[in-house]
Amino acid sequence: MSTADTVEGRDTVAGPGRSPAPRRRRRGGGQRQSGAGWLFVTPTLVVLGLFLVVPILMALWVSFTDWSGRGNPFSGGVGFVGADNYKALLAEPGLSRQDFMISLRNTFYYVLGVVPLQTLLALGLAIVVNQRFLKGRTFFRTAFYFPSVVSSVAISLVFLFLFTGTGAVNQFLGVFGISGPTWFSDPRGLIHLVGQGLGLWSIDSPPSALADTQVMSLSVWDWFSGPSVALSAIMLQVVWTTAGTFMLMFLAALQDLPTEVEEAALVDGANAWQRFRAVTLPHLRPTMLLVITLGVIGTWQVFDQMYVMTQGGPAKTTLTPAYLSYTAAFRQQQWGQGAAMAFLLFVLIFVLTSFQRFVLRDKDEAARKRAERAQKRAAKKAVTA
Amino acid sequence: MTRTTRSAALALTLAGALALSACGGGGFEEDGGSSSPASASGPVDLKMLIASSGDAETDAVKSAADAWAKKTGNTVTVTVASDMNQQLAQGFASGKPADVFYMDASRFADYAKNGSLYAYADQLSDNADFYEPLRQTFTYDGKQYCAPKDFSTLALQINTDAWSKAGLTDADVPTTWEQLEAVSKKLTTKGQAGLGIGVGIDRLGAFVVQNGGWWLSDDGAKATANTPAVTDALDYVQRNVKAGNFQMSNQLDSGWGGEAFGTKKSAMTIEGNWIKGAVKNDYPDLKYKTVELPAGPSGKGTLQFTQCWGVAADSKAQAQAVDLVKALTTVDQQMAFADAFGVMPSRQSAADAYKTKYPEDAPFIAGGEYGHGPINAAGMEQVVADLNSKLENFGGANLPQVLGGFDTNAGAALGQ
Repeated sequence: MSTADTVEGRDTVAGPGRSPAPRRRRRGGGQRQSGAGWLFVTPTLVVLGLFLVVPILMALWVSFTDWSGRGNPFSGGVGFVGADNYKALLAEPGLSRQDFMISLRNTFYYVLGVVPLQTLLALGLAIVVNQRFLKGRTFFRTAFYFPSVVSSVAISLVFLFLFTGTGAVNQFLGVFGISGPTWFSDPRGLIHLVGQGLGLWSIDSPPSALADTQVMSLSVWDWFSGPSVALSAIMLQVVWTTAGTFMLMFLAALQDLPTEVEEAALVDGANAWQRFRAVTLPHLRPTMLLVITLGVIGTWQVFDQMYVMTQGGPAKTTLTPAYLSYTAAFRQQQWGQGAAMAFLLFVLIFVLTSFQRFVLRDKDEAARKRAERAQKRAAKKAVTA
Repeated sequence: MTRTTRSAALALTLAGALALSACGGGGFEEDGGSSSPASASGPVDLKMLIASSGDAETDAVKSAADAWAKKTGNTVTVTVASDMNQQLAQGFASGKPADVFYMDASRFADYAKNGSLYAYADQLSDNADFYEPLRQTFTYDGKQYCAPKDFSTLALQINTDAWSKAGLTDADVPTTWEQLEAVSKKLTTKGQAGLGIGVGIDRLGAFVVQNGGWWLSDDGAKATANTPAVTDALDYVQRNVKAGNFQMSNQLDSGWGGEAFGTKKSAMTIEGNWIKGAVKNDYPDLKYKTVELPAGPSGKGTLQFTQCWGVAADSKAQAQAVDLVKALTTVDQQMAFADAFGVMPSRQSAADAYKTKYPEDAPFIAGGEYGHGPINAAGMEQVVADLNSKLENFGGANLPQVLGGFDTNAGAALGQ
């Protein structure tokens, strides 16, 4: 606002009597425009401020208090407890830390499974429906996108029925003589199961070296459980529902790829795989970054599947930080801890997203910038010398 | 992208609760003591929040509230909560909660502790008429807060077809643990367990009570799960689960005991009077009868589940709210609720009328005398949830370790 004011002031000095130069008139128009601009964004700013910034700040305050959920969290009766809530989640051995660590472990495996799978599936689908010679392209595009439009609560309920012990999935598996697990009530971890299958260990009596070593309230054995069977079923569902949305993004990027470039590659004698590796993929880099970023953010925040289907069970293997935060606040009346979890989750997502941006950055661009900086430094050195 | 929308909705709800609370006024220091009730003058509009099991319950509560409103010249707005915990929490945070609401026994202590509840039980002239264990359930810090709305208890359901097929007669109905084990063994066939038990301490706890134990000490100040009274009871169940006589509902691919019972995966189950409606709706052809749970080494025991009529400490019309609760807990009104949606009256003086009308429910009513309420100490929600999750794989659970862990966690929660 202050910049606009100064510019405005200078304009009044110029006075209305003098005929303004064309350049200045354009600038005057700019000022009026910026005023109008502020006017137009005011409703959004107010709404964002009122429903986003203020609540976030309030939640931040709550995360430092022992507010019990009754009355105003800013009133005198609410005690400021410093970082106690964060300490209970990170530093003090106890149930709160154990649950929070379980939720982080679960979600870690969840993200590790869902993000690559949904990105690959989305890319694959996009390439398929981008084929110029595919019959019924519109039908397939709609069909693949459809799960993303349906309410996730409705889909969750359908999956509950599909994955019951005697549900369609297990009956299908039964055709091949496989007796499927009781999906949503099976807490066994996949890594544990694979290890047992290979004869490395038995789940009922885990090796004591792993089971007796505690790291952050959880045994090493538990840390390396892998996603439980129940969580894996949820992962399948999420991949299936979200791939459509990301397919749309890849599709848009693919259609942006100029035909000439591809034809040029063709002329140069590149085969299909080389064209995909050297032409299509580099072109998709920004979209890839977007899809993976959105995927990582969305998966770390996963909530409604747990709320609808499992409530964190079986044996806490589908507990996630978002759901845990909800139960801490609304069920246990530990609002401070609930808010603290939300902020820890925010920090985690922020760090991971930044890291992933760093990994996926344009390396040529980064190298060029580095070279430029080095050149400048060298020039400076030369001048001082 | 529905997930993002959902998370946003959650964030908004949280934010909304906070924003509302910021607007809500103080009134924070006064606790929910039994000081003289805040009484608004003139006709008041009471807000009531209920968690309804269906239209029958909603209509019955509404018409009862309307009848009181008409008689007293006030109005009552009844709201059915879609997520009771969340809506209650939002109300208390805003400083403008519903005046009257259902308060679940397992949630009660947390709200009593943070001062959200108004203690009015001493204003009920015939308070002693409510079952003693129920009143105990709604007592926090030596003070009874609210009037029990109704209650239910666990009893033993027997599939009579399976029973006679196994060559058992009425004389064989188990009254001791040994007999329960024996008939379970006889009833177990391929594809059918003798006794199906729902997962978690809300069923297993009945055995603990029958063995004279409980998870906490009587005053709720100490954790006592890792004591012989508790471990022996769970050992008994675990031994039978391992032998195949008993099966937990998740081993039978069922969400609860009633489902396993209805689909004939178990010949007996331990459930409350809600199983009547479930069988009527989902398994109408099932023939069964209900008997009292067998007695353990320390006599009869069962679990009670109950809710009370909560009145908010922040209500502006507590006198009227209490008056409404009095009207809702008369013997006649409780019988009307029983007729409408099958709950059991919480008053002893209504027991005879109820037993005459619903003789098949006598085993449930009997539990009112010797049943035990849920764990109702403050801050225990998380600890209980942890215990339940560790007992999910009950047959393979390392009981001393699980119960010892419970005692440690409960000790930390109770010490706060």
